Amino acid sequence: MIKSFKKRIGALVTVGPTVLWLGFFLMIPLIYVIGMSFLTKNAYGGVDFKLTFSNYAALFSSEYVKVFADSLWLSLETTVICLIVGYPFAYIIANAPKKWKPALVLLLMLPFWTNSLIRTYGWNTLLRTEGIINHFLQWIGLTDKPLEMLYTDGAVLLGMVYALLPFTVLPLHTSIEKLDKSLLEAASDLGASRVHTFTRVILPLTMPGIFAGSIQTFIPSLGFFFISDMMGGAKTMYIGNLIKNQFLSARNWPLGAVLSIVLIVITLILMRLYTRVGSLEDMA
Amino acid sequence: MEKRRKVREFKPGSVFYACLVYLFLYLPIFVVIAFSFNTSEMNITFEGFTVEWYGRMFENRQLMQSFVNTIIVAVASTALSVIIGTLCALGLYKFEFKLKSMISSSLYIPIVIPELVFAIALLIFFSSIHVSMSMVTLVIAHVTFSMPFVVITVRARLAGFDKSIEEAARDLGANELRTFFRVTLPMISPGVISGGMLALTMSLDDVVVSFFTAGPESQTLPLKILGMVRKGVSPDVNALSTLMILGTIVILLTATLIQGKLEKKM
Repeated sequence: MIKSFKKRIGALVTVGPTVLWLGFFLMIPLIYVIGMSFLTKNAYGGVDFKLTFSNYAALFSSEYVKVFADSLWLSLETTVICLIVGYPFAYIIANAPKKWKPALVLLLMLPFWTNSLIRTYGWNTLLRTEGIINHFLQWIGLTDKPLEMLYTDGAVLLGMVYALLPFTVLPLHTSIEKLDKSLLEAASDLGASRVHTFTRVILPLTMPGIFAGSIQTFIPSLGFFFISDMMGGAKTMYIGNLIKNQFLSARNWPLGAVLSIVLIVITLILMRLYTRVGSLEDMA
Repeated sequence: MEKRRKVREFKPGSVFYACLVYLFLYLPIFVVIAFSFNTSEMNITFEGFTVEWYGRMFENRQLMQSFVNTIIVAVASTALSVIIGTLCALGLYKFEFKLKSMISSSLYIPIVIPELVFAIALLIFFSSIHVSMSMVTLVIAHVTFSMPFVVITVRARLAGFDKSIEEAARDLGANELRTFFRVTLPMISPGVISGGMLALTMSLDDVVVSFFTAGPESQTLPLKILGMVRKGVSPDVNALSTLMILGTIVILLTATLIQGKLEKKM
């Protein structure tokens, strides 16, 4: 009796703070978002407590459908490029000589440790019309007048790929490292060509890593509004910027809440797809 | 066979490709560092070497304040995350109770939901209960997204923990508190350190959540830079960013080394 009481106190003291914290600062705020999505925006940039579904109906206007399409497309492009660039890179690191490997992984982590906005700002400096890359291109005579690189859609894509590449490479690396080398030898002993070994053995076995890497790239890419802010020309609107604007300049909080819910729904669908192939633990 | 394989792994093509990717990853960092030593006031071309900006940055009070804020938030949120998160991991490991599986799976919610949504949720929540944004809300926000990572890392460490050592300590007459500080804590410390490192990195790296949960008086350095970028950034920002980059790297490298040492000792 005393023992079970003691255990209960123990559980309460240890796990209780986390439960309270996440309840207060995560669960309740998320419920507020859902609540906010049904309220009515008033003329002063605040909200009236009148229930409405019109915020949800607004989603189907062609303007917002285009934003969703553009954002999903950008995230898809980002993910695919990260996979194409990251897979061989992860493969090289995973197969590097043992004594080099820790250093190579550390070198991959280092940029990851420094603030992503500061790094994006570095790109902003590089790509400017009067910036280093343009100077270099003119100096080697590739162009005679500076190229417009910053504030284009291409620059946004570059910024996204840059910020998210480590998110793709790390799960890929883990997955490739787990690969049983004897299977590759078996494949080549049985006469499989290198292309064949790759498509029939390596690729299927590292699928969990490819999925984990894609999810970890795709989901955050939807919310990185500061990259399109710093690199983009405001010609294309993305969902992250649209949401941000509802809370700052446009002051339409209910619409912002609805857009956030859309983002959650997209995430849940992707997670659902993912948990069919891998496990949540692979992500952390 | 072994030999041939090794040669193949270190093909010049692979080395070249890896170098290219590393160059891509480090290029913008080098630019920020290089420009912090630039004599030109404009952030455009490199004109000459100077360390002037490292002195001048102290005169820029707003900039220094944002830097100090960044550090305070990172340290406070890491400390809180580590304490609350480690307690939770220990509790989940030691006790059986109702809703345990629900609690452990809800830890993945902040990891999975887009940080923008989480930021918006806190913004709506705080303004609905009339709490204005400050250092406190910023720390709360950072703890919320980093603490689950601490719980998960420490739990992973505990999963390989030999319970009989704890029992032995108790049998030898150590009380519960003593057992915890002399046996349990040293055993899980590599997990606690890597959890803390994760929390620290996430706090220092965060832009999206801070953007919505910081008040005008609690801007962090990245937010300050974001505000300046369109109008042009002064070189003292490069100097301060360089310090932040190098500082983070030094701290985390040290932590990694300590962690490696601890793991070896176990």
